[in-house]
Parts: sequence; C-alpha cells; structure tokens
Amino acid sequence: MPALCRDCLTPFDDGARCPACRSPRVIAHPELFDLSIAHMDCDAFYASVEKRDNPELRDKPVIVGGGRRGVVSTACYIARIRGVRSAMPMFQALKLCPEAVVIRPRGDHYAAVSRQIRAMMDELTPAIEPLSLDEAFLDLTGTAKLHHAPPAVMLARLVKRMEEELGLSGSIGLSHNKFLAKIASDLDKPRGFSVIGQAETPDFLAGKPLGMIWGVGAAGQAALERAGIRTFADLRRWERADLEARFGAMGGRLYHLARGEDHRRVTPNAPMKSISNETTFFEDTGDAEILDGHLWRLSEKVSDRAKAKGLAGRVVVLKLKRANHSLITRRTSLRDSTQMADRLYQTARGLFDQLGDPGPFRLIGVGLSDLTGAETADRSADLLDPQAATRAGAERASDAIRRKFGADAILKGRALR
Amino acid sequence: MKISIERGTLLKAVAQAQSVVERRNTIPILANVLIEADANSVSFRATDLDIEVVDKTVAQVERPGATTVSAVTLHEIVRKLPDGALVVLTDDGAAGRLTVEAGRSNFSLATLPREDFPVMASSEYASNFSAPAPVLRRLFDKSKFAISTEETRYYLNGVYLHVADSAGGQVLRCVATDGHRLARIDAPLPDGAETMPGVIVPRKTVGELRKLLEDDDAVIAVSVSETKVRFATPEITLTSKVIDGTFPDYTRVIPTGNTRKLEVDAAEFAKAVDRVATVSSERSRAVKLSLSEDRLVLSVNAPDAGAAEEELAVAYGDERLEIGFNAKYLQEIASQVDRENAVFLFNSAGDPTLMREGNDESAVYVVMPMRV
Repeated sequence: MPALCRDCLTPFDDGARCPACRSPRVIAHPELFDLSIAHMDCDAFYASVEKRDNPELRDKPVIVGGGRRGVVSTACYIARIRGVRSAMPMFQALKLCPEAVVIRPRGDHYAAVSRQIRAMMDELTPAIEPLSLDEAFLDLTGTAKLHHAPPAVMLARLVKRMEEELGLSGSIGLSHNKFLAKIASDLDKPRGFSVIGQAETPDFLAGKPLGMIWGVGAAGQAALERAGIRTFADLRRWERADLEARFGAMGGRLYHLARGEDHRRVTPNAPMKSISNETTFFEDTGDAEILDGHLWRLSEKVSDRAKAKGLAGRVVVLKLKRANHSLITRRTSLRDSTQMADRLYQTARGLFDQLGDPGPFRLIGVGLSDLTGAETADRSADLLDPQAATRAGAERASDAIRRKFGADAILKGRALR
Repeated sequence: MKISIERGTLLKAVAQAQSVVERRNTIPILANVLIEADANSVSFRATDLDIEVVDKTVAQVERPGATTVSAVTLHEIVRKLPDGALVVLTDDGAAGRLTVEAGRSNFSLATLPREDFPVMASSEYASNFSAPAPVLRRLFDKSKFAISTEETRYYLNGVYLHVADSAGGQVLRCVATDGHRLARIDAPLPDGAETMPGVIVPRKTVGELRKLLEDDDAVIAVSVSETKVRFATPEITLTSKVIDGTFPDYTRVIPTGNTRKLEVDAAEFAKAVDRVATVSSERSRAVKLSLSEDRLVLSVNAPDAGAAEEELAVAYGDERLEIGFNAKYLQEIASQVDRENAVFLFNSAGDPTLMREGNDESAVYVVMPMRV
C-alpha cells in the first residue's frame, strides 16, 4: 500500500514506520497518490497564533473571543479538553474553564498570518478556495508533473512548512471531492492527515450522521429525521425524485451527497455575497442614542470594507437581537447600489425607525448584499435629500484623510455616542 | 335573499370587489364580498380595511337580505358565464350557502355571516366637491408612475393631492416622487375644494380609483378629510384611508433656474432611448445624452455587453452638455407627453433636470441625472 512519511516526506511501500527516518507519523492508503482534492484547516488558528506570539501562554488554556457577553471564537486544545467549544457563550466557557486566558481577537493580525499561509498554498496550485482565514480547499489535479511529486506529498510539505516557518499546525483532508475532503480534514485533528478514497466512500459514509453535511443543521436533521432519514445509508435508499419532491433543491444535492458525490469545483476567489458587521452590547440596551451610534460605526465599518474591495451593494440589512435572543432582520433594496457609509447608515436607520421596536437589544448588525462592482454605485443623487451630495463629498474627503493618517484620524461626532 | 341580475352588471361589480380584497389574508371575512339586497337595488361591498368599495347596482330583488361570499370565487364564476346570461343569487340563510344559477350552471358557495363583515366607519369630510372624470384621470395618470415603493419612506407611497398656489391662482395638484423623479400635475380648482386638506392617496387606492374614471362624461364626487378620501360615481363609492405622514416640501426640489433648453419629439426620443438601452447589462440602465447645436446623441457604453449610439435632430442652442440618466426614467417621463414636443431644461450634469410638454406648466416633471 502506498505510504508517506509526514516528517521527512519520503514515499514508500507499506510499513508502520518510515524506512528513512523511523518516524511513526506515517500515512498509508491505497489511493494516497491518486487523490488531488484537499481541504486544509488550521488547528485552533486564532488561539495558536496567540500562543505562538506569547510563549507564556503555551501550557495555559486560551480562549479567543469577545468580552463577557461575547462568544468563543476559538479555544485552544487545552481549553477544548475542558469542554469549551467555538460559538459557546463566554460566560459558559468560563464556567467550564475559569482559569482560561481570554484574548480579544486581533482580526487584522490573523488576516496577515492567513496571507502568509495563503502564499505557501499559492506555490502548490492556483485553484485555492478559501472558506475563511484558516481553511481552504485546494485542487492539485494535474500538478504532479510540475512538482515532481503527487499531491499528497505536496500537502504534507505544506503543513510541515507551516509548522517550521510560521509555528502553526494544520490538518489535511484528502479525497476526490470537496464534500469528502472537508469531512476528512476533521477526522484526525490536530496535526491530522486523513484520506477518503473512491473505493471506501460508500462504506465510510454509511453509518455517519447527516449533520456532517455542510448546511444541514439541527433543523435540517430534524426534518430529515421526520422522513426516517438518520444516516447516509437511510438517505441512499431514497429515489432522487422523492428527495426533490420533499426537500426541494436540497433534495437533489442530498441524493448525490448520499453517494459521496459532489460535483462542485474548487473555485478560486468565489465572489463575495455580502458584507456585514455586528456588535454584541456589554449590556442590553434600548437607548436610541446608543443604538444610533452603533448603527453609524457599523455602517462605516461595512462601508470601509466595501470600499477596500471595490464593491457596492443594493440591499441593506438591519439585524437586531432582542434580550431574549429572538432575532429580527429587516432589509430593503436601494435603487442603485452604494458603498457609502452615509447611505448605508441612513437606510439602516430608516429600517430601524420603521421597526418601532423599543428593545432592549443585545446585538445590532448592519449588512450590505446583492453586491456589484463600485463603478456603477452611487451614481444618482436623491432629489429629496439635497444635502446628500455634500455629505458624500465629506465622506470621500475623510476617507482620504484616514488613508493618510490612520483610521482614527477623523471621526463623526455620532461615532462617539 | 334572492336576486336576479344581468351577468355583465354583476361582473363589473364583482370585478371591482375582488381587486380590493387582499389575496393573502389571515382574516377569512376579508376575502369576501358583502352582498346586500334591498327593495330594488343590490350593493356589493369589499374592503381590505384600508380601502372600501361599494358598487350599488340595479337588480331584480325577489327577496331582500344580505350575505358574504368569496369575492375571488364569485368573480371567477361570473367571468366564465356566457355573455348576456341572467344570474340568480339565492341565499336561504340557515344552510350557510349561496347558490349561483345561470342557465344550466349551478354553484353553491360557502358564506360567512354579514354581521362579521367590517364596515368602514363613516367620517366627517372637511371638503366636498365634484370634478369631471377626465380631469382626475389626468391628475393621477400623469403622476402615478413616480410613486415610490420604498417602505422606509412610506409617505412617498402615494400621490399627494392638495390645493396649491400657482402663477394663475389656486389649483388642484397631484405630486408623486420616489426621490429619483417627480411629477407635478395641476388642474383648475373645482368649486368647494378650497378648504381641502392635503392628503397622500395610497398607491392601491390610485389603482382602484382609475376604474371609476373610464367614462369621459362621468362627474366624480370627491370628499376629503384629514384621514380619509372618498370618490363616488352614482353607482360606485370608493373610500380610502390616506397615508398618515407628511409629504416632503417638493417645491424646493423643482429647479427654477435651468436655462439650457432642449426641444425634441417625445415619441421619437422615447423610442431612441429604448433602442440604445438594449445593450446595457446593468440594472439601472444608464443612457448618456450628448448635446451640441441642434444635435442630440444618445449613447450607452457597457464594456462587458456592447455599445450603442443614436443621433436625433433636436432644437438646442446652448453650450455643449453631457448628462446621464436612467433609461427607464427618461422613457417614462417622455411617454407622459402626448400633444406637443417635450421640452427639457438642464442646468449641469449633476443637477435635477426639468421636463414639460411645450410651454404647458400644468404638468412638470423632474428627473435626477446619474453619473455615466
């Protein structure tokens, strides 16, 4: 059976230890050198970056996340042993692990590290589809000749380089499509390397729960369960037409996934669908002034990102979470797309006023979707708002100042509320 | 209740009722039309709680009474009956069914008790006047295209009907705008309208009102209060709540200092705009107008889709100007012109442009340019 040493990257034929360096970190699989679709997932990325930057944290449980009211973004593996999970409310995480070191996420820093990893991946293939800062699909089909090595070797080399040069570890899933590659990368975390081959696909999936499918959450699983479908084996017994009749478009996809088929390509730079930003308050609030200040700051953040990416959007979304966690979203379409903070704010503010809900709220968010390029954005002014052109001019001017002197160089009074 | 009524008369009444009822509503009775028969007439009443329409028509009443039945179903049935058929509607109270008979066709429809039907509270009207149907038709037809659909600015979701001062004295005026274009239409002030409060007539009401205005000889009785407006012909009474909001001060939006004057055949212009806009791939189809002496070039340049250009002979004597507009807005305002040439008055490529028909100041349109 083809095998590969993950420490010295020597390929060999079968054996529990590497014949060259005697390392036990060996991956062996009949299809090891034939598969070329991979998913790379960094291990506890944010927490690992923090530990790398501050070695004192190395043996302590570290949780990256926002404030007392926030949620856990990433927990290091020590904290995970105590039961801390991503997306868990912070107070609950701290109950499980009171001695944890809580660190506020440093988004820009993680993005910079992510770009370093991306640069390493770029050396492997141009077909990279990032899912977030710390994970990506890679399609290495047809690269063996170029690299003089099969994809498995190149992937093992990638994570080895990440460890040596960046001090960060990652896990690889290697398979014949995206769906299975993503499942594989999760099988043997951290520092994992898992392979799901063509031949074993049906048996591998058979008894697995359907929650494994991206997009099938608790509600989806409940719906499937009502139809008597719990596992992939159950799903495979259904005819395609019946699945489609019962679950719509998702039904067709389920039919294929049940058989381990996934025809989606690894698409580099999948176009962004929306830009949004939200804040969870330290304390629930219904104070119109405070909320207004947040609306402005969020609008400005979303606008900054849209401007940085040369994007504009036509649909403005306002999101609010009440104290009892019930979620309210309101959206409205603009006549022409915008990337201006002022228009975003005015529109979001209009949605908020129209809602007429006194709160209190625990979260507020602003989003922009139905994205287009910036060249067709903000091309017509509002007859009824003659001041808008002046405000847009002021915004462009303050953008220029902020580019030169930093993001805090000039602020609206509204931003200080 | 038992009545006999000619199919055509019934169809007209039921058609109006079914267009008022909300298709999707959670209160079953609101899907129904209330049929009330007295000695020699029958009235059909429908409401969505904001608008109420009552169509009173002559019928042969054998037995007075009242009931309610699904407006949409009754309309569908009557629509499918042959022309000239005599329709007999019978409600024998206890059974909770209305039978509809015509020739050999026989239908039995579920009814709901008339007591459950909400009747709009009558109100005191501050002003009552009458206006010829063609006058009202012009006021609303020429302004309704500019009504906004933007929910956050709900006060723009209708036509602002009010009394205004113009050069020749007071006028009855309709204004609609969505912030991108604006229509301001004037008509002579009818007697008795002077005291009318300004009201915002909702989009749906404007649509329903239109059906009352088809007959050129009809005179419409109009009643207006702060909260309601009523339009009535001898047969049909349409009562509607008005939008509870303040219409923005539109007068400061209408440019008065635009001097660059373009005169063009409106129909030719609209067709040319439509043609060049074909190549535009974006949602807001931008058309560029390049003006030089007696020459207008319309062009669209969509890098990913193609380009188009068309030249029109026009009357223009000012300095060169390049200005962009949304093609749809240009077509819409140009199509409001029906007798004379369209006259456009520009200022700069960034300022609102004014359009009117010849020198007629009683219908003025403003459209906002867009960057091209």
